[in-house]
Amino acid sequence: MQETKRKELLKVLEREGNIPAKDIAVMLNLEVEEVRSEIAKLEKEKIIIKHTTLIDWEKAGEEIVSALIDVKVTPQRDVGFDEVAEKIYHFPEVKAVFLVSGGYDLSVLIEGKSLKEAALFVAEKLATIENVQSTMSHFILKRYKEAGVILNKFEEDHRQVIIP
Amino acid sequence: MKNCEEYLAPVINKIPPSGIRKFFDLVMNAEGVISLGVGEPDFVTPWHIREACTEALAQGYTMYTSNQGLPELRQEIAAYLKKSLDLKYCPEKEILVTVGASEAVDLAMRSLIAPGDEVLIPEPCYVSYKPCAYLAGGEPVSIQTSAVNKFKLTSGLLEKHLTSRSKILVLSYPNNPTGAVMRRKELEEIARVVIENDLIVISDEIYGELTYNGSHVSIASLPQMQSRTILINGLSKAYAMTGWRIGYIAAAPAFVSAMVKIHQYTMLCAPVMSQMAALEAFRNGKDDVKQMRGQYDQRRRLVVTRLREMGLDCFEPEGAFYVFPSIKKTGLSSQEFTEELLKKEKVAVVSGEVFGRGGEGHIRCSYAASVTNLTEALQRMENFVRNLSRGLNCRGLKEKAR
Ligand SMILES: Cc1ncc(COP(=O)(O)O)c(C=O)c1O
Repeated sequence: MQETKRKELLKVLEREGNIPAKDIAVMLNLEVEEVRSEIAKLEKEKIIIKHTTLIDWEKAGEEIVSALIDVKVTPQRDVGFDEVAEKIYHFPEVKAVFLVSGGYDLSVLIEGKSLKEAALFVAEKLATIENVQSTMSHFILKRYKEAGVILNKFEEDHRQVIIP
Repeated sequence: MKNCEEYLAPVINKIPPSGIRKFFDLVMNAEGVISLGVGEPDFVTPWHIREACTEALAQGYTMYTSNQGLPELRQEIAAYLKKSLDLKYCPEKEILVTVGASEAVDLAMRSLIAPGDEVLIPEPCYVSYKPCAYLAGGEPVSIQTSAVNKFKLTSGLLEKHLTSRSKILVLSYPNNPTGAVMRRKELEEIARVVIENDLIVISDEIYGELTYNGSHVSIASLPQMQSRTILINGLSKAYAMTGWRIGYIAAAPAFVSAMVKIHQYTMLCAPVMSQMAALEAFRNGKDDVKQMRGQYDQRRRLVVTRLREMGLDCFEPEGAFYVFPSIKKTGLSSQEFTEELLKKEKVAVVSGEVFGRGGEGHIRCSYAASVTNLTEALQRMENFVRNLSRGLNCRGLKEKAR
C-alpha cells in the first residue's frame, strides 16, 4: 500500500476506533480486501499495537491513585538504562516508563488502589531495585488530558438541529 | 390602531415564511434524533484561533475598527486570494470585511439593484439570495438546474432566462444544498454569456475551500471577469467559524465604496474580536482547513456510497458538505419523506424544495457529523427506505388486486 494511504488508514483507525473495514475502504477509496490485509499486516508489524478503549475509571467509580515517579539510576558498566527499565516495567502496577533527559533518568507512571499501596510499592519494589539511586514521587491530583483526549470538558454539539 | 400587519412594508409579504420552521419544531420535540440537517461544520473552531480572540479581549480589543475592517486582516485576505485563486485585489480599495457572507450578499444586492432589475438565481441554492433580491427592490428569476446537469448552471439554461432587465447573476458554487461545483471549462461558458449580456456576477464562494477532486476556481479569475464579479467568501465553513460572523467581499473599487456606504451606516464594522480571530485563522490555520477537508472528503464518499447502496439515486457532490439524493423512487414528496423519516427512524434531513422548487424530489443530507453518527443515521435511513419499498410493493399489489 502507498505510504500516504497507509498513514491515512492509520489516522482513520486512531480517530474512529473499530469501524467496519467496509466503511474504511469506502472512506479511503480502497478495496475492502486491501484494507483488511493492510490492517493485518500493520498488526503483525506491531505498528498497530493494540485496539483499546479509553476509560475514565474515576467516573466508573473505581478508586485509583496514580503517581509519576522520577527515578535516578546509578550508572554502571554493563548495566544500561534498558536493564533497569525492564526490571521496572514488568510490575503490573507500572503503566508507563520513559527514559528522559534532565535531572533524573526514568519517568515511571504507577497506579495503585490507595495512597498507601502506591507509596509502599515505591518504597518496597521500586526503590529496592539494584542501581536505583533515588526516587521522587508525584501523586497525580487531577487528569486533564490523556491519549490526546481532553477529559471532563467535552465540547458538546451546541449547533441548532436544522440549519439551511 | 389597525392590525400590526397593515403597517408592514409590502416587500415583507414577498418573502415567504421559513421553509424549515415547522420541521425544526418537529425535530426539537423528538428525542434521540440524529440530525444530518445542519448546514455548518461539526468541528469547533480550532483552539489557537479561539485563543487569539481571548488574548485580543485581554489586551483590550473591544472597540470599533475601521468600517472596512482591520487593515492587517484585509491584507491577509488579499494575500489569500492571490495565493489560492491568483487574483490581485488592493486591500485598501477592493476588500471589505463583513458580518458573515450573509451581510455581503445583502450589500452586493443593495448596492447594485435598481427597482425592477432582474437577479438570475440558479436553484436549488442557499436560501438568502431571493429574499435579499426582493429586499433590495429587485426581481429574482429562478433558474432550475437539475441532476441531469449535476446541478451546474449551463450557458443554455442561463440564456433562456435572460431579458432586457437582467442585471445580476448569482453563482454559488460549491453549492448548498447540492454539493455541485463548477470547473474552469464550465465557468468559461458562463463567463461568455455574462460578458455578452453585460451582467454582474455575485459569486458566493463560501464553500470554496471545501472542494474535492481538484481545487476551487473562481469565475473572477477568468479573463475580463474580475471587474464584473463581486466575490464573496468568509471564514464560516472553511475554518469552522460560523458563530464568529466574519465574511468578506472582494470587488472593483467603485463597488466596494458603494457597499462601504451601506455597511458603515447599517453595521459600522464587523466585531473586532472576531476580526482578530480571523487574522489568526489566515496566518496559522491552513493546516486546520486541510485536516477538516480531508475528513469531510472521507465522509462524503461514505455517505454517497451508502445512499446508493440503499437504492437512492445520488449524483456525486464535489464540494461543500452536502449530498442531495433523489427520493423520487419512494413515491413520497420531499416533505413527506423527511417527516416520515423523522417519525419512523429519528433521522433529520432537509427537504429539497426548501432550496427552490427544483429541489423537490430530493433531500439534503449534511455530512458535517461524526462518522459514528453518520453510519448510525445511514443505517436507519436504509431501514426506512427498505420498509418503504416493502410497503409500496404491498400497496401496488393491493391496487392490482382491485
Ligand atoms: C451558500 C452559503 N452562503 C452563505 C452562507 C452564510 O454564511 P455566513 O456564516 O458567512 O453568513 C451560508 C450558510 O449556510 C451558505 O450555505
